[in-house]
Amino acid sequence: MTKKEVLKRLAELQGLAEKHNLDITEEIKQLEAKLSNGKSSLDAAWKKVELARQTDRPTTLDYIDMIFDEFIELHGDRFFSDDPAMVGGIGLLNGKPVTIIGQQRGRNLKENLLRNAGMALPDGYRKALRLVKQAQKFGRPVVSFVDTQGAYPGVASEERGIGEAIAHNLKEFFGIKVPIVVILIGQGGSGGALGIGIGDVVFMLENAIYSVISPEGCASILLRDSSKAKYAASIMKLTARDLLQFDVIDTIISEPPGGAHLNPEVTAAKIKLELVKVLGKLATKAPEQLLKLRYEKYRAMGVFIEKSSKKKVGFFKRLLKKQ
Amino acid sequence: MSRFTRRIRTWMNRILTRRVLITHRIKDGDERLFVARKNECPACHKHLSPDELESSLFVCPACDHHFRLSPWERIKFTADGGVFHEFCSDIESFNPLGFPDYEQKLASSKKKSGLNEAIVTGLCRIEGNDVVLGIMAFQFMGGSMGSAVGEKVTRAMLMGARKKIPVIIFTASGGARMQEGILSLMQMAKTSAAAAVLEESKVPFFIVLTDPTSGGVTASYAMLGDVILAEPAALVGFAGRRVIEGTIRQKLPENFQMAEFQQEKGFVDTIVHRKELRKTLGILIKTHTNIKKAWR
Repeated sequence: MTKKEVLKRLAELQGLAEKHNLDITEEIKQLEAKLSNGKSSLDAAWKKVELARQTDRPTTLDYIDMIFDEFIELHGDRFFSDDPAMVGGIGLLNGKPVTIIGQQRGRNLKENLLRNAGMALPDGYRKALRLVKQAQKFGRPVVSFVDTQGAYPGVASEERGIGEAIAHNLKEFFGIKVPIVVILIGQGGSGGALGIGIGDVVFMLENAIYSVISPEGCASILLRDSSKAKYAASIMKLTARDLLQFDVIDTIISEPPGGAHLNPEVTAAKIKLELVKVLGKLATKAPEQLLKLRYEKYRAMGVFIEKSSKKKVGFFKRLLKKQ
Repeated sequence: MSRFTRRIRTWMNRILTRRVLITHRIKDGDERLFVARKNECPACHKHLSPDELESSLFVCPACDHHFRLSPWERIKFTADGGVFHEFCSDIESFNPLGFPDYEQKLASSKKKSGLNEAIVTGLCRIEGNDVVLGIMAFQFMGGSMGSAVGEKVTRAMLMGARKKIPVIIFTASGGARMQEGILSLMQMAKTSAAAAVLEESKVPFFIVLTDPTSGGVTASYAMLGDVILAEPAALVGFAGRRVIEGTIRQKLPENFQMAEFQQEKGFVDTIVHRKELRKTLGILIKTHTNIKKAWR
């Protein structure tokens, strides 16, 4: 099938579905996959980067508003300040208490100035840890929304120890005795994303991205040409499907055709459904078991060659098992 | 092209490439070449011969400029009698993403540095105490942390936790190994999880920050030591200097992200001269182990 034919078919299907009120997301997805295969994977990855960065893509506070019944925002790290790039608070999910943390970027220029474009300072990471520890004290599960290009690379950040703040979060999250569920909703940028990204279950929206460095950064450092960002995105394996293969995430939450911004309510409803399901399951686990599983999940991450045993261990082994 | 012009051209090329090579190497931090060639310290420009440099633990006697060390040199200066039992030496990197040119880069790094990964881990004694020692190598792909480095660090820490032996890691890294994509990011999580295990088992964990330590390593185990030491003037930071200058659009002060800056801001316990390092580590181990026995 040529590209044109696929597009035509897609349009037909969408028209039919609207006419008869049918759910055909599966068919559309298959066709879209065909489309992206037909094109190069170069464009497919870059399209996701663009979608993840879309200004009108729903933000953490948008999702909080749509998913939780009540939400009270709690401010400040109790050390230095309140970082508007990181939000957090307590809320009710179907009437059950949860703690919510997440990076918040702005939806316009003015908001972005206030929110630092979602790039948190050390104060933000310390606030998140404070709220998570508060949740642990009362046995409340934690939901973490990740949406950042990275931690703020500035003087204030270095002066107040951004490295230490992230490192401390990583270590402490492995000892938090309540369930932590992470949802990557937009950009997952490097250590800044991981700083609140350790969880028992990690969800990722279909068009979100998660990478160790931005495609632009990768292009300018490794390929020595910052204009090759598109190509960099295609080789970095930063899409949800790639990450699922590497076992870095557990489940992909699908978005409405065209992206989450076209129908935020549907996306929020899907997230809510998954959250309720997984939190219900995690609630039955004893704290010790929870910690053990969380540790084992991250302990297994990585691929390397161990010559004495003459095999590649880690995900590769599991990959073979899956096939 | 006549024979004559061809000869001139090759001659010119030879000169040009040589000059490029020299400046490039010095930029890369190969300051020893500078000493060998010019017989002077690259920092203070006072007379310094290679022999003098080696006998003073690769520290300039005039200005205390600390030269970068290879892991095996570090072991020679740190371990009792230079005796060191390496473990996990067979763990090597793999190209999980199929990243272009990664294998070639690994191969050339192996050849150039004589190491097979950006960290050497093993067991040794310092001032008579057993320790698990890990030493990162900036010479190997900028000391970047990929899956293999993450695994070796993790295993070193877990070995310390299991055998109740203090763990000491000398850091030197440009950050995560981008060629391994998200898996290199996950090494931050893995090593921090190991640090949590170490903390739980109450085994002391010491970090020595050496020049340069940045990125993902700073944002994981390098900042999780019970005591964090640093060598003088070592660069220690999270984001790269150029990235920050790009964000704030102004030049940064000279001492920004130096070990001294980090100590002033409260993120380094103390800065130790290379001459004092062995002794300091000995005291640290003594003050962190068998305390109850000592007081009984």
